[in-house]
Amino acid sequence: MKVAGAIALAALAAAAAWAGALLGMKSLIGIALPYAGCIILVAGMLCRIARWALTPVPFTITVTCGQQRSLPWVKPERLDNPQRPSAAAARMLLETALFRSLFRNTRAGRSGHSIVYGSSKWLWLGSMSFHWTMLIILLRHLRLVIEPVPAWTGLLQRVDGIFHIGTPPLLMTDIIITGAILYLFVRRITDRRLAYISLFQDYFLLALVAAAALSGIYLRHFSRVDLLAVKRYALGLLSFSPVLPPDAPPSFYVHIMLVSLLAAAIPAGKISHMAGIFFSPTRNAAGDSRRRRHINPWNPPVSTHTYDEWEEEFRERLVKSGYDIEGDRHG
Amino acid sequence: MAEKYRPEDLREPGAMPAADWKDLAAPMRKGTYSHAGSPKHAEYLGLPNVREWQPHDEDWKLPPDWKEIILNGMRERLGRYRSFRLFMETCVRCGACADKCHFFLGTGDPRNMPVLRAELLRSVYRGEFTLPGKIFGKFIGARRLSEQIIKEWFYYFYQCTECRRCAVYCPYGIDTAEITMMGRELLNLIGVNINWIVEPASNCYRTGNHLGLQPHTFRDNIDFAVGEIRDITGITVEPSINRKGAELLFVIPSADIFADPHIFTFYGYLMMLHEAGIDYTLSAFASEGGNFGLFHSSELMKRLNAKIYAESRRLGVKWILGGECGHMWRVIHQYMDTMNGPADFLETPRSPVTGTVFDHVSSTKMLHICEFTADLVHHGKLGLDPSRNNGYRVTYHDSCNPARAMGLFEEPRAIIRASCDHFHEMPEQTIREHTFCCGSGSGIGTDENLETRLRGGLPRAEAVRHVRERHGVNMLACICAIDKATLPTLMQFWVPGVEVCGAHELLGNALVMKGETPRTVNLRGEPLAEEGHERQ
Repeated sequence: MKVAGAIALAALAAAAAWAGALLGMKSLIGIALPYAGCIILVAGMLCRIARWALTPVPFTITVTCGQQRSLPWVKPERLDNPQRPSAAAARMLLETALFRSLFRNTRAGRSGHSIVYGSSKWLWLGSMSFHWTMLIILLRHLRLVIEPVPAWTGLLQRVDGIFHIGTPPLLMTDIIITGAILYLFVRRITDRRLAYISLFQDYFLLALVAAAALSGIYLRHFSRVDLLAVKRYALGLLSFSPVLPPDAPPSFYVHIMLVSLLAAAIPAGKISHMAGIFFSPTRNAAGDSRRRRHINPWNPPVSTHTYDEWEEEFRERLVKSGYDIEGDRHG
Repeated sequence: MAEKYRPEDLREPGAMPAADWKDLAAPMRKGTYSHAGSPKHAEYLGLPNVREWQPHDEDWKLPPDWKEIILNGMRERLGRYRSFRLFMETCVRCGACADKCHFFLGTGDPRNMPVLRAELLRSVYRGEFTLPGKIFGKFIGARRLSEQIIKEWFYYFYQCTECRRCAVYCPYGIDTAEITMMGRELLNLIGVNINWIVEPASNCYRTGNHLGLQPHTFRDNIDFAVGEIRDITGITVEPSINRKGAELLFVIPSADIFADPHIFTFYGYLMMLHEAGIDYTLSAFASEGGNFGLFHSSELMKRLNAKIYAESRRLGVKWILGGECGHMWRVIHQYMDTMNGPADFLETPRSPVTGTVFDHVSSTKMLHICEFTADLVHHGKLGLDPSRNNGYRVTYHDSCNPARAMGLFEEPRAIIRASCDHFHEMPEQTIREHTFCCGSGSGIGTDENLETRLRGGLPRAEAVRHVRERHGVNMLACICAIDKATLPTLMQFWVPGVEVCGAHELLGNALVMKGETPRTVNLRGEPLAEEGHERQ
């Protein structure tokens, strides 16, 4: 139900764009939607980020994954137990670039009565492939919105198509991202635990990103749009004087629609993790809480049981068993 | 208590339920949950909605405006804790955490997967605080708050030990301990609590320690320890209590002076401090480093923790030393200074024996006894005869909080390695930052929920069994008072023949004291074993 619904909804979005393009709603899909998507993306993310940034971090709650820095002869783990902001920044950088936490992943299984822990790097591989190819694909697209075209986007394009299969050459990233999305989708269905925890939006967002990627691939290999016209269109959007590419096929509008939807979905839910991770208090702070005092802006006053109250209650017993008593109030 | 259960019945995890979790009531089966907080103790602490009730009652006697209280409490905490807001919004449900939880591995209950434990709260966040959640409801995993959800929260937030193992593997560092802490704070707002937390907290607030020992008993217990040490070593150690002008205040988890096997670790502390010639005092007022407030609310944690700095100020000590304890060190390392500091009236701890300045605690001014002793051991300031521990084949259990909230890995190992000749590590996926909880931390180490504890402790026990079978390990060392209280039950049940001790018990056995009589027994009063002859 969740799975079918998610795929159906993504397909419906694609079909709507196709039909819309044929029914003369090209301006709506080609101009209004990208603007709406961008506005939601930027404004939504700014709101989220502002709210995270303005919400206080009352305590240092670093999760330490290695030896602390304590005695001079004990070798500290500088990255996994960062003691300075710079080390915490390095930890974060490597986390976001290399997904070190996922790299740690294990899978617990039973061998007879014993619980055994096997290495499990598939999720790491799948996520790394997905995120990195996504980044490269976005960078590749920059040649359509930057004039003059920077040399590195051309290089990126050439390297990506280095195997020269077909015309235009098949891009490695297109293949990898399709495979990665497929893996991420299929594991949600086949792994019973994942199927149990997965929500509709988990499937839908994957379906949406898959549809966006597939429509892009279709556009490149099967419908052959006029790239110069697309570039004029993109630059027009950026300069707020949009011109639709005159002979663009419906599949072009499908791609624009899906990407716009995806942009709008980013701040709406879990994809906001792309910014959220940088705010994660267990990962972005140095674990130096005994060396440096962390301030809680709302540290509330509390009632305590004071020594005087304690001595008052137990005075007789204290005297009897030979305790020193605060002199001024005794005798 | 454990006789009720048989290992073969608890070894296999339960099956995944067919029904969707969003509609499933918590199973609330006897043996899997803890009893409600007693009115007497809740009253003493001034907690809300004090009443007689039990989790198995149909009617939990919630206050009439309970829903409003919870939702306001959520709103307030979303604004106060970035962790809470972020962790409500960024999880992608990748599932990396799923099989990292000892309770999930032991029970097989999917709501013990950290991701689902968080979804229990997250679904209500979506349903009550976000527009899409209000519109699409359960279809996108959003729920409106109901009494059934309160019961579910109670069941599963008291089936998490806040051990943070899942947080190590989460790509966003989502920490289920934060989620559980928020969940428990919310439940406590409407008087839904458990006695194993409320009673120790109230005792601690009143008398200074969890058991409610009054000052004369506190002194008697310490005198008893002094007598035992004299019998074993011929040396009279002289701890002082509430003494002004001592160089340092020594704060221990109170179990160290009354519980077995904690007391043997206590002997070890006193012997080490005597041998090193340290000028220290204990305090009967601040006789508890442990802090069950951590398992209740940040407010109660602060109220209990305040005694330590207050007492060190009153006694005029220079710095504070802390004993072997798990969650106590979470509080001291990550909360104390922020809550009750600054400790500007104290000095940075400096070892009077080696001259080492412990500048990694220059703000909190509180040092872990393993850090202190490891420094002595490293500088060769303690005479140690590890052969006295030859009866033991030792492994070491990293306690969750010193591991994942401090990174205290090498210091206790340095002490243990110097104190015994037979030390074997458990598999690497089960130690250090990967360590498995005893299954009884965060205030759920009671007899009422023994089944949950035994099941949750299975991953730890299995790792011990591995080194027992491979290396003949018969002693499980640890530096946590809750471990010392609950691991013996766990071992007896899953890995008979393995006992539990603290790092300083092993040190005390090995410690060659000036002028001591020849040792014939270890700190437990058992004859010292010859090399190669295991005690059994």
